[in-house]
Amino acid sequence: MEGKKAELRKERIDRGIKARSDDIFALNSWREALFLLGPRAVPVVGLLLVGPFFSPYMREILISTASYALLAISWEFMMTAGLTSLGQSLLFGVGAYFTGILNYYLKFPWFLSIPVATVTGSLLVTLLLVFVLRLRGVYFSMITLVLPLMFMRLIEATRILGGTEGLTGLDAFPNQWVSYYLIMLALLFALFGFRRLQDSDYGLILRAIKDDDRSVMNAGLNVYWYKAQALFIGGCVGCFAGAFGTHYDMFCGMPGFALDYSIMPIACALLGGGGTFAGSVVGAFILVPLAEVLRAFGALRIVFYGSFLTFSIVALPEGLFHFLSRKYHQIERYVEVR
Amino acid sequence: MTEYILRVEGLSKAYGGVLAVSSVSFGVKEGELLGVIGPNGSGKTTLVNLITGFVRPNGGKVYFKDKEITGLPPYKIVNLGISRTFQMVRPFYHLPAFKNLVIPLCSPRVREAAGGGYGDRDAVALDLLEEVGFERDSFVSYKVASSLPQGYLKRLELAKALSLRPEVFILDELFSGLSLAEVASIVPVIEKLKDQGKTIIMVEHRLKELFKIADRVIVLNFGEKIADGPPAEVMEHPAVKAAYLGTE
Repeated sequence: MEGKKAELRKERIDRGIKARSDDIFALNSWREALFLLGPRAVPVVGLLLVGPFFSPYMREILISTASYALLAISWEFMMTAGLTSLGQSLLFGVGAYFTGILNYYLKFPWFLSIPVATVTGSLLVTLLLVFVLRLRGVYFSMITLVLPLMFMRLIEATRILGGTEGLTGLDAFPNQWVSYYLIMLALLFALFGFRRLQDSDYGLILRAIKDDDRSVMNAGLNVYWYKAQALFIGGCVGCFAGAFGTHYDMFCGMPGFALDYSIMPIACALLGGGGTFAGSVVGAFILVPLAEVLRAFGALRIVFYGSFLTFSIVALPEGLFHFLSRKYHQIERYVEVR
Repeated sequence: MTEYILRVEGLSKAYGGVLAVSSVSFGVKEGELLGVIGPNGSGKTTLVNLITGFVRPNGGKVYFKDKEITGLPPYKIVNLGISRTFQMVRPFYHLPAFKNLVIPLCSPRVREAAGGGYGDRDAVALDLLEEVGFERDSFVSYKVASSLPQGYLKRLELAKALSLRPEVFILDELFSGLSLAEVASIVPVIEKLKDQGKTIIMVEHRLKELFKIADRVIVLNFGEKIADGPPAEVMEHPAVKAAYLGTE
């Protein structure tokens, strides 16, 4: 209307290239193919080809980041099936101790102790939690929070498995490249593998359980069996991180059950963006290096760290990955309201 | 061997001091459409929950094809051949409508019925949605369930039950919240099931629509069965009149 200031509203629309690169159409041209493959190629190229050229200190941080990213992916996967774990340290600690036992007492080499500990450790955790799978929400979470603390005190009080000293002098990886590529390949496998699984019919069932487990029961599916599977699969990833850490540090001990391994993965997943595995990885690649950078602030480190975390989550409640993904796929513009 | 495909004997359920279902017994013959009616709070949905395993009874037994199924978990009952819909629809809100059907299409019962394989679940799901009135060439089937209106959600609920290829359907207030036109579009689907020889139990408040298709009706009041018989006969029963209209 003339004389009246036009009202504007924000509009989001898909970029043309997004439509042009959908599905088989990505083969239209190199540009479209690159639009689709670019974001997927970044972690692969970055971790496998660029990372190894970093300084040993930086590589150490990358390896630590990858471990947390694996725990965050494991947490996110369990969340897919509605299992809210507050005890990722249980997975890390059990994986670490199982590897320690296999290597220290049974003299298993690292290439055997890691896979065996990954599977048996996750199996133990699944068996421990299978009886509480009927619990929902915070009730299940509380059990997962308590179990690692119980394990810690049990080891301390009974002095088994090296007691407070832990098991030391364990076999190291043959060289730094083996350890680096092992954890990075595991991370990429978990990232892309779970992404694929999530879109399969199996992933659909897990998501449906989170939505409404009674309705899934009414669909003729044993919800508890699927939850146990999700726990085992997610558990394998968490236990692998712990098993890897044991050979990397040549040590396993009570710190494996530390609360850090429970809280940090959740922070990574939330900062990166819940509901996506890539978000968990993005979150880990921000928070873990940030913790290192903030070491210079000494006792104030946790203040800055907490402030950053709070500010990020408040400013970007959808998570960084969703924000970046939206910017990549869509354009925003203001249009006149008619 | 009894003449009933589904039989309920002395089924009871109490919540604290309230007897929601009190020693209810009845049977449903194969191919029969049984209506279950009663005033609000008469125990109709509790009865459905007891039969389908969602609630454990305090007493009584449920038999399906002469095999006792009392206390079995819901998924086992579903895989035996009894499928239900919920009064308050329970779609998977975050999934597209057709993907809602992929979940039941993954069940052991469907795999067995399909000869060990599942086939193209997406295609089967789209066919089923068309059967209950989703327009095939529209985008409705691809929309997330949370964006669908109540009429479509009710049809989706029915399609979920259909996808399991059950022998007994238990439809809990399928018509509630639907317009006359929507009910009219669903009735042929139920009639088709009846023609196929499926056994149907319909819990309903919409008596006019129910009586057009029901072979027999049982009436519940305060958890007790007060009448059983053909629709017209049942509505003339003094206890039913008293339950619906009250007494002076």
